[in-house]
Formats: sequence, structure tokens, C-alpha cells
Amino acid sequence: MRDYQSQCRVLTEEDIDALEIGSGILGTGGGGNPYIGKLRARQAIREGHELKILPIEALEDDARIVALGGIGAPLVSFERLKEGREGVRCLRALEERLGFKADAIGCEEIGGQNSMEPLITAAFAGLPVVDGDGMGRAFPEMQMTTYAIYGHNSTPSVMCDPHGNAVCFEHAITEKWHETMARACVIAQGGASVLASAPMSGAFFKAHAIPHSYTQAIGLGQAVLDARRAHEDPIKAICEREGGKHVFSGKINDLKRHFERGFNVGVASIEGLDDCRGSVGEITIQNEFLIFRRDGEMQACVPDLVVVLDLDSGLPITTEVLRYGQRVAVLALPCHELLRTQQALDVIGPAAFGFPELVYRPLAETA
Amino acid sequence: MVLRLGIDVGGTNTDAVILRGREVLAGVKSATTEDVMSGISNALEAVLEKAGVAREAIDVTMIGTTHFTNAVVERKGLDQVAAIRLGLPATACLPPMVDWPEDLVEMVGGHRYLLRGGYEFDGREIAALDEDELIRIAGEITEKGIKAAAISSVFSPVNRDMEERARDILQEHCPGLPVVLSCEIGRLGLLERESAAIMNASLLSLSDRTVEAFGRALSEAGLTCPFYVTQNDGTLMAADMVRRFPVLTFASGPTNSMRGAAFLTGVKEAIVIDIGGTTTDVGSLHHGFPRQAATVVDVGGVRTNFRMPDVFSIGLGGGTMITGDADNLQIGPKSVGYRLPQEALVFGGKTLTTTDIAVRAGMAEVGDAAKVAEIDPALVEAAKAQIAEMLEMAVERSRVSPDPIPVIAVGGGSILAPDRIGDLEVLRPENFAVANAVGAAIAQISGEVDRIYALEGTTREECLANAEREASDAAVSAGAKPETLIVIEREDVPLAYLPGNATRIHLKVVGEMGENHA
Repeated sequence: MRDYQSQCRVLTEEDIDALEIGSGILGTGGGGNPYIGKLRARQAIREGHELKILPIEALEDDARIVALGGIGAPLVSFERLKEGREGVRCLRALEERLGFKADAIGCEEIGGQNSMEPLITAAFAGLPVVDGDGMGRAFPEMQMTTYAIYGHNSTPSVMCDPHGNAVCFEHAITEKWHETMARACVIAQGGASVLASAPMSGAFFKAHAIPHSYTQAIGLGQAVLDARRAHEDPIKAICEREGGKHVFSGKINDLKRHFERGFNVGVASIEGLDDCRGSVGEITIQNEFLIFRRDGEMQACVPDLVVVLDLDSGLPITTEVLRYGQRVAVLALPCHELLRTQQALDVIGPAAFGFPELVYRPLAETA
Repeated sequence: MVLRLGIDVGGTNTDAVILRGREVLAGVKSATTEDVMSGISNALEAVLEKAGVAREAIDVTMIGTTHFTNAVVERKGLDQVAAIRLGLPATACLPPMVDWPEDLVEMVGGHRYLLRGGYEFDGREIAALDEDELIRIAGEITEKGIKAAAISSVFSPVNRDMEERARDILQEHCPGLPVVLSCEIGRLGLLERESAAIMNASLLSLSDRTVEAFGRALSEAGLTCPFYVTQNDGTLMAADMVRRFPVLTFASGPTNSMRGAAFLTGVKEAIVIDIGGTTTDVGSLHHGFPRQAATVVDVGGVRTNFRMPDVFSIGLGGGTMITGDADNLQIGPKSVGYRLPQEALVFGGKTLTTTDIAVRAGMAEVGDAAKVAEIDPALVEAAKAQIAEMLEMAVERSRVSPDPIPVIAVGGGSILAPDRIGDLEVLRPENFAVANAVGAAIAQISGEVDRIYALEGTTREECLANAEREASDAAVSAGAKPETLIVIEREDVPLAYLPGNATRIHLKVVGEMGENHA
């Protein structure tokens, strides 16, 4: 194991509070409830564990990074809470299977609860988490990481549930196959497990991970907290920080949701308020908020971020706590450039989510 | 015109109003008593006399109470509870009450039990119910004299069997033990539902005594009209429901006072501060209705997932105790509560309270000002400054824009409020002191449906429409005016494991009480 300790930032409980908000915003409604993850992270700190972030630049090219995260349905993860050491069991089983020791933990998905899972597992294992991730947001499927898009083979991998079951996915011929098999398995395991993927090299991670995700998410959360304290508009603060747009304000007037193929899918309709009065907004959900339409016309779609916030507080609302009558603001934030290449759009563009008729126009270019 | 009697039973004061249609005929304020009952009797006799109406003419009585919220906020009158969770090996990472303030955990005894059981999302058992462990827990409950139990099973909102079986086993071994099931109180979201069930269980003996006192006070006064208690969303529930589910009244106080404040001032955009005897509740009015909390609400430091107004409470009221000197002042959170008329200095008592400061500072005229003439002016200034600071912080927390909207001060303790809070003007409506009784009197009637529908051979829209019709019929037959009905809650939770694509629909409509009720 390398000595990365001296280069790490040790997170405080205040950082975790900010990360809860920041990763909630970047979660675009999905990725699981960060509150539960925050409590677990806080519990780990109070038990004397250190939650450490390693600057991505400090990685040596031959370091070995194991990325991990929760997999399943958010609806399950905040009802059937985890046993707690699923991630550690994944890591140990993977290390044993491949005969190596991880130098650091990686984050698959900065959005939602999956920002917390690597920190908790790493703390239990005495390792740091690299400041970066594979999505810069949340996505519903595993092949949708920049790791997978830019060539990492994520098998062998290990998936663990609260019961003590551990499954090793020895080999998947494509990343999509890995996702398909893992999805079938997570349903058998009760809908909320942890999966650790085959290690990446430091060189690969530095080239293809979305950099500085933890610093960004903590900073974003801090900006919301600061704006609230100063009675400034947190929505404006978010848009300014991320180069995004406030595209709609309204009240949820219908919500269709169902559990399908292991996902929460659905549609939320929003009746316009304030300067959106008379308009109808509609958000398509597949674990995350994927597409936002105003009066039938698309305003934002994946891979850009469709974010739903409480209209007044600016705090993020996840798909599972959306309710009839809630007053919400819809924001569109541009995604990282690593998600905008053709290679990436083939995997995470609108067509990949079953909307081949939609043409993705990057927010970053229309702004 | 309907004659309505609205009563608000707070920690310090019991208020009563009589409304004829939209007109406030009379409002009175009297002290809450230890037995609750005589306070209600005093208030209602006084208001009947002041309004000059005969008791037989009252059509309906609505009671709002902050009794149960106060018990949690003040950590008083709570029973010890066995918090039993069925879910191992899942859920082990976060025990029950993990996000509660330490002192509240201590009050309810910190009896946390995790045992094998619970369901997966698809109806499989996570583990078979650990009956031996439950029997061992039953023994411990008896041995420790724990008063009540709250049972929370993973996925009980979609299958309540295991919670019910666990209750039966517990009650078999602890005869007469009150047991609250989480599925009766909340929705999906284990920690919040479990917390609500535990708080509910800790309040059961208090709610028993309280509801009993309400009923007796009314019947002894010769009031034969039906009585309702207001719940969180500003609607009414029958007495027996309150007895079993006191937590459903948690936010009714703020809801009532905010709706009352809007009714009395006609102002629709404002921040409302309701200063009672024990606490101050702060919330904001938008379009004349309390702004609803977006996700979860804090009650006494505990997250719950009820639909509630977004209200923030601080431990400051007219009965709040002041200790220390000008340089080292401590205001609250303890309050003399309903003993204000005996314990405050202005009333000849021995305890320095915020009311004494207000009188000494010339902000109010109650009791005997001579009795506080000796208080050190430096102490008065320090206390005033600290009170103003506490109020400003609470108002600022509820303020969502820099717009200079007014602050409406209501409640008996609003004598503590300065004329301006920060840069905002403070309004005090006529009858400000009894705003929550007014809010209770204008409380709405609801109709509710919470049932599992099979979607086979029909559509979700059709089921929702049926549910809405059924809920509306229920509301109208309970006395609501059909033309005023609106849907305030509409939720469907798909139950993937049941055949026929089943979904659980929860729908609630509310409307104003009509002339032709019950």
C-alpha cells in the first residue's frame, strides 16, 4: 500500500453536510437518498474512522483504484437500509479473487448516495477515495461511467447484499452485459446491493475520470448553505457556479411511477407558476430526471443535468420524495465535456435511454 | 349561519372563539390548567358569555392543541418506549433513533432492539420473524417497566403482516401493552416512519388523559354538538383517532395559527410568528396558506415524513424562564408553561420569565408592574436584545426572499415581539392573541382513501378518479361543501410483487365545513 495519507484532505462532519446537498443536486433526482449515506458517513466519523479525499493529481500511474457504489432502486435503499459493510466485503472478495491490494477507492457516481458509499467503505478499509468519479452526476446504469465508455473492463467484479451473499461476475463480454447481469442479480438480492469493479490504473483514472468531483460537490453544497444563510437565491447561486439555467417553476400536479426492470420509471407533470404560469412542464424519470419538456418541447436532456429543487429552499428533491403539490424549480446544468463526445453520447445520449428521436444539443454550447 | 366554537389548548393558554360564518363574535384567553379540563371549561364559559350565544346554538366544536408537540419539544410527559425494528441482517448500519437529539433518546429510554425479520420490496421475507428474541424483549419490557412499544418492519407499508404478528406476540407476553405499528402512521422511508411510530408510542398515555379531559370538559359544559381535533394539514379528525395517533396533531398548532393569521389580517404573503407560552413557531404564508415543507420536517429535532407546514420552533415564549445576570444571561428553553399566572414575578411568583421582562420594559401591561420594578435595567436590556436576536434568527430562517414582507405576530406571547424584526414590519391583528383558536374554528373537513387497487382491466387514471370520487363523497357526507373541495394528497405506490399490477393509492380531499354538517 502506498503512503497517500499526507496528501489527503480529511473530511469533517460539516463537509459531509455540504456533500449531502451537493451530491443531491448532482444526483439529478437519483443515486439514492444522500441523507442515509450522510448518517452512515457521520456514524463512521464518530466511530473514529477517517474519511479521506486524495487529489487526483497525486495518483501514481501504476496505483490500483477500485471503484464501487450502490446498485439497485433508490426506493429500496431508503426503506431497506444497508447492513453497512457490503462495500468492504466486495473489496476484500475482489482483492482475494485477483490477488492484489487496492491503493485507493474510486467513486462510480458522485450523484446521490453513491458519493457516500466509497467514503464509508474506504474509511472502514483505511484507504483514501480519489477526488473524481465516473459520471459527474448520476446515471441509472453501470456502463454509463466514463470508465466504461473509455475502455475499462469492469469485470471481474463482486456484488454483495446485506445477507452476506457475494457474487463474482467473472467476465462480461461487454459493459452492457455486465449491467444486465448485475441488474438481474440485484433484484434477486433485494434491490439494493454494493458492487465493486475490477481495479483501474492511476494513469487510466487520471485520463478518464471526471476530475475533482468531491471538491466540486462539497463546494456546491457549501454555496447553497451560504446563499441560504445570506438570504440570497440558492437557485441563482447554483446556476452561476455550474453555468446552468433555471428553466421552469411550478407545482407538481401529477406523478406516475412504477417499478420496471429494476428501475423506478415515471413521468412528473408540473403546472407552471410565476413567470411560467399557463405552461406545463413534464419530466421523464428513469431513476434520475432524464428529460425536461415545456409545453411538449424539449428544453434539456441527458447527459446534461435536469435538476429539481424545492422552489423556496433550493434544496434538491429526489425522485422518490417527489409529491403531488410540491412547488419546484427545474434547472438545467451542463455536463462535463467527457460526457459530450460521440463515444460518450452513444452510451448516455437520449437514444441510449430509448429516445432516438431526440437530438442532444449541449447546454454548454447554447448558453 | 353556522356557529362554530374553536378552542386552542396551548402549553400556557387555552383560547376560545366563536365564529358566525366568517365573523369573529368573541374571543377569550384563559390559562391552561394542569388537568387541561378546567382550563377548557373556563375558556368556553367565558366565550359563550362574551358572545352572548346559548350553548345549544353551537353547531360544532373544533379543538386544536399543541400539547403533544410541546411534550416532545420540552421532553416532558413522554413514556419510555421499546423501539423494535424487524429487518436484520439488513438495516444494521443505522439503529433506531440514530438521528435524534441525545436528550430525547434518553427521555424515551433509548431501548433499541433490532431483530431478524422484515420484507424485501417484492414481498419475500428478509428473514423469518425472530419470535424467540421478541419473547426475550417482552420479558425485558416487563422487567424494565417500559410503557409502550413501537414496531417497525422493513416494507411494512406494502405488507403489514409481520408487524401485526410481532404486536400479537408482544401483547400475549405483556398483556395490555400499547403497541404502535409503523405501517399505521407513515409511508415508505424506514427511519422517518420508525421515528414517528416511536414518538407516537411515547405520547400514548398523555393522549389518553388529554382526549378524555377534552370530552369531559365539553360534556360537563352541556355542549352536545360533535367535537373534532385539528391535525397537521389543517383538517379535522375524530377524538378516537387522536387518542391512538397523537403525532397527527404535531403541526396543527402552527397550521391553525397561520391560517388564523391570514384570516384575521387578510394578508396573504407574510411570515407568521406565533409566540405561545413555551415556544415560538415561525412559518411563512404564501397565497394565504402555510408553505408546506418540501420533504421532511423536524419536530423537536426529529425528522418525520408527515405532510406539514414548514415551521421552525424555538424555545421562546411568554413563560420562558430567565436565569443568570446581564453578562451571562440564559433564556429558556425551560418554561413555567401553564403555571405562568402563579410563577411569574408580575403575578407574585418567584420565577423570572420573559413576560416579566416585557412588563418591566413597558412593552406590556399584565399583572403588577410594581413587582418587577426592582429588576436591573441592564438585565432587561440584555434580555430584550437576546429575545430580539432569537426572533430575528428564526424569522430569517423562514424568509425565502429579500422582499420586505410583513411579519404577523400572533399568540399570547406576542407582547415579546418588538415593532420591527430586522428590517421587517410587525403586524398585530385584532384578536391576535387567539389566532390559533380562529384557525381551529375554520379548520376543514377531509375525506380520505388509502387502499390497494388492482390495475388489471382498468387504468391508473380511472382508479385515481374513483378514489377521488370516493374521498369527495366521504368529505361531503362529513359536512364539507362540495364546491370547496380540493385534492391535497394524491399518491400511488406500485406494489410490484402482487399479481394484477396492484398499486396502493392514497388520496385526500379537503373542503370548508358547510351549513348542513352532521
